[in-house]
Amino acid sequence: MAAIVEELITIKPKPRDGWDVERIRKDFPVLRQTVNDKPLVYLDNAASSQVPMMVIERGAQYIEQEHSNIHRGVHYLSMKATTAYEGAREKVKRFINAREAKECIFVRGATEGINLVMHGYGRKFIGPGDEIVISAMEHHANIVPWQMLCEEKGAKLRVIPMNDAGELLMDEYDALLNEKTRFVAVAHVSNALGTINPVKEIIERAHKYGVPILIDGAQQAPHGTIDVQDLDCDFYTFSGHKMFAPTGSGVVYGKARLLEQMNPFQGGGDMIKSVTFEKTIYADLPNKFEAGTPAIASQIGLGAAIDYLNIIGREKAAAYEHELLRYATERLSAIEGVRIIGTAREKLSVLSFTIENVHPHDIGTILDQQGIAIRAGHHCAQPVMQRLKIPATARASFAFYNTKAEVDVLADAIEKVIEVFS
Amino acid sequence: MSELSELYQQVILDHNKKPRNFHKLENANHSAEGFNPLCGDHLNVYLHVEDDQVKDVSFEGSGCAISKASASMMTQAVKGKTKAEAEKLFNEFHRMATGQLNEETEPNDLGKLTIFAGVRDFPARVKCATLSWHTMHAALNEQQKVSTE
Ligand SMILES: Cc1ncc(COP(=O)(O)O)c(C=O)c1O
Repeated sequence: MAAIVEELITIKPKPRDGWDVERIRKDFPVLRQTVNDKPLVYLDNAASSQVPMMVIERGAQYIEQEHSNIHRGVHYLSMKATTAYEGAREKVKRFINAREAKECIFVRGATEGINLVMHGYGRKFIGPGDEIVISAMEHHANIVPWQMLCEEKGAKLRVIPMNDAGELLMDEYDALLNEKTRFVAVAHVSNALGTINPVKEIIERAHKYGVPILIDGAQQAPHGTIDVQDLDCDFYTFSGHKMFAPTGSGVVYGKARLLEQMNPFQGGGDMIKSVTFEKTIYADLPNKFEAGTPAIASQIGLGAAIDYLNIIGREKAAAYEHELLRYATERLSAIEGVRIIGTAREKLSVLSFTIENVHPHDIGTILDQQGIAIRAGHHCAQPVMQRLKIPATARASFAFYNTKAEVDVLADAIEKVIEVFS
Repeated sequence: MSELSELYQQVILDHNKKPRNFHKLENANHSAEGFNPLCGDHLNVYLHVEDDQVKDVSFEGSGCAISKASASMMTQAVKGKTKAEAEKLFNEFHRMATGQLNEETEPNDLGKLTIFAGVRDFPARVKCATLSWHTMHAALNEQQKVSTE
């Protein structure tokens, strides 16, 4: 099998020259439609991004020609499916620069990734009086599992505070770390504010206390590079549906040494070496953490999405998105009554805002009438809203297929909202 | 799909800007808290009920234009009604907003409240319009908290 996988991934996709956003837009069938008789302007990428044809075709190919279960059959289709699935894992390994593919566990998304670590590591190694550190800008997915663990074990949740701009207070973080700290879990990029956290620094400081750390990379994976060896994080997780792959795909990376010590997450088929009624011996990594039949088409799609990112060029895409965010920030800031929420120095792709005297849900509905998809609400980060003393925000979030012309459509529509409510 | 102007009619915008009965009711003997976890709309409804009649009603809280205007008009609509009449209005409003009652062809007492009929074309916003009504209903029936999920 290893030889086949190796062969599969040496067929490297050829990177495209230059940057042509119109060509890129043609790769995404969804973007061709109209909504409420207006061209769709899709600015809800932080919730879910769109899927390029190449990824759709790869998933369809599995369903049309390879559909079968993995790791179980000696027959042709099963071997094809297994090769494609393990090939996707190999691509993930390169995408995040893991030492070994077996450190990349396929999960349903970041939520499942965090829960896997909470159950597998947390429930085994964290006990009464221990402390878990998270940050003020976590998504509920990186709060609730740790709260559940604290409740079960009598451990304590500590929270790194942030300033009004949405930047973590690193001195306060230092003050929270102590000999009772057993785990740290922090977002790489905030989905509500767009803040890029100094994760390398955060990881280093946790390691000074010998504390393992999980990075929630759900918002980093679609927009930037990830090097888990350079970061030296213990766990890193992200969702496929936010990075141009189908829903149901995702990854949690863990250092092999830790994954091996951990309890399995779910029990069932595929995660065992042998089962008798007296005793079960668990499978080796990564299968130990992949009970049951996974979302094979979606995970193969994730592999294809990584290929796609390599074709268009991750650095070029990031630079383009950076300029788009700068432009959007400038345009929206210039509108009277608009307030940008989240003004950290280091940000990516997320522009949260409020309009004076207009509730974000009304903004969302009115923009939708113009064909513009944004998100309105608390973005699964209620503590962020509480900290900033606002009920909700409207959030435009960008991907490399968005354009400055779309930002102009957004800005004009916001002016219309203000007019309706004036 | 309704036009936007149908949802955000002048009356709604006006109630949003100047909500009526928007305060805490000092002599309330019934109250409930309503919460829409999806969008964070949050309000309290206060009732003063005597001899089976809603003598006074008020609300406070925060939310979108639809939820605020709906709450404001709800207070106007149920003031002075008997409990049974208020419950009937709740039932009709709820059915209208969720598309189970055609206010134009079926008999009802909704009157001005029919301007909220348009929300049924905006599924994400139905709960905004019905939150205050659910909360009023809960207050009448001595429930403390409601959540529209
Ligand atoms: C920062 C962050 N973490 C975790 C999640 C949860 O991702 P999923 O719902 O795909 O599991 C999200 C998605 O909204 C997110 O933005």
